[in-house]
Amino acid sequence: MTEHTIHMPCTEEQIRELKAGDTVILEDWLYGIRDATQIHMFDKGRKAKFDLNGHAVIHTAPNVKKVPKSNFCPAGYESVCIGTTTSQRMERFTRPLMQEYGVRMVIGKGGLGEDSRAAFKEFGGVYLAIIGGTAALETTWIERITDVDLEDLNPECLWEFKINHFGPLLVAMDAHGGSLYDGVKKTAEDRRAEALASMGVSS
Amino acid sequence: MKLDLAAVEETAKHLYIQALKILPPDIKDGFKRLDATETDPTAKSILATMIKNIDVAEDTTNLLCQDTGIPIYNILIGRGVEVDGHALKEAIRKGCERATTEHPLRSSVVHPITRVNEQTSCGIKVPVITIDFSDKDEFFEMEMIPKGSGSENGSFLKMCIPAEGVAGIKTFVVDKVMEVGGRVCPPTIVGVGVGGTSDLCTKLAKKAGARPLGSVCEDPEGAKLEKELSAAVNMLGIGPQGLGGDSTAFAVHVETAATHITMNPVAVNIMCHSARRARATFTPKGVEIGF
Repeated sequence: MTEHTIHMPCTEEQIRELKAGDTVILEDWLYGIRDATQIHMFDKGRKAKFDLNGHAVIHTAPNVKKVPKSNFCPAGYESVCIGTTTSQRMERFTRPLMQEYGVRMVIGKGGLGEDSRAAFKEFGGVYLAIIGGTAALETTWIERITDVDLEDLNPECLWEFKINHFGPLLVAMDAHGGSLYDGVKKTAEDRRAEALASMGVSS
Repeated sequence: MKLDLAAVEETAKHLYIQALKILPPDIKDGFKRLDATETDPTAKSILATMIKNIDVAEDTTNLLCQDTGIPIYNILIGRGVEVDGHALKEAIRKGCERATTEHPLRSSVVHPITRVNEQTSCGIKVPVITIDFSDKDEFFEMEMIPKGSGSENGSFLKMCIPAEGVAGIKTFVVDKVMEVGGRVCPPTIVGVGVGGTSDLCTKLAKKAGARPLGSVCEDPEGAKLEKELSAAVNMLGIGPQGLGGDSTAFAVHVETAATHITMNPVAVNIMCHSARRARATFTPKGVEIGF
């Protein structure tokens, strides 16, 4: 297990160095993305204004406060609470995010599926697991909201965050097909019969 | 006792915000218990981060989780309480809306077909308001639950048949806990409904998942079942966030109802580790806020 600090955007080479079980701290930039954001980007033909090449996206829809635009809040939004949502619902968007936008990191909770695993391998990407439900802590890693796109989808806009020491995040799926979820799934399958037997149920 | 609807509105607002920021003591104790017994190092560090988050949320008066959930208000009306039922529902709705716009909170509620968000946490039949009655004199209770979607998406119903027996119920619960893995933000409270009609069964599962930790099913058969299931699901090794470990669930809670001779329904409704809940009681002495 190695600890990495990565300044965004990153390169394919940096991504391929990461192994499942490593931890990562991100610096500089992060983009917030959600179900509706990606439905509009990939199903409804809307194009994101940001250059996401080499960047990380996080599955989120933050609590924000509308404020007058200023140097600190150029988009007119102040962060209230920013956390992470369950990734699995957005499984089918990993591939187009990487293929069409050059995204290299997806941050979320609960893991992604087989198509994401294949896309990470093919294009050089990773899934970084954050601890879901710990948004108060996560909010302290976000300096401010610097820009926003697809604003009509609030709170499911495409958000640009300036981050400071964002993590540690766990490399849960790497660019070599490795996934921490595989081992857990196998353990659960192996122990299912024992768990049922403890209640007098044969399987 | 005549219910003061202005106080109801204010309390509906207050409870939503409080529930999002402060976890009930039984859940905090649940974390301590899991932390003391967890043997997997990754799981232990995840639990430590979750516990730290509870402190950060209180220190910074911030929300525990960004998911403001679907707002649910469970109302219990005692005897001798004078209230206009329609106006009561309107007052709760207004309080919920004011919490969202005045705090402000993320409105997580959209129209189911157009997906339009009114930015009020309200919509058709939302907030969910359930009303029940108690035999307590001059007593009114409001329980507020912001139900997060990660765990609410871990909801299932199976109309088992009598020939499947209790084994069918047990197998269904274990298999659903395996299926959802880390998606429902474990460690969880697994709510299980057994019996009733299909709608009552899912309602029981929701009630079970929201019950305080340490509480026991009033039906002795349900109590026996929840004890067995609690031990069984924690044998699976799913662990906090589905990344492995002993702490898959704080507990499995079961609620039961009588059912039909040809039916054997079972429902699962999961509560994530951010098991948020707030409660207020109204008596002639005033309003008391708690969990």
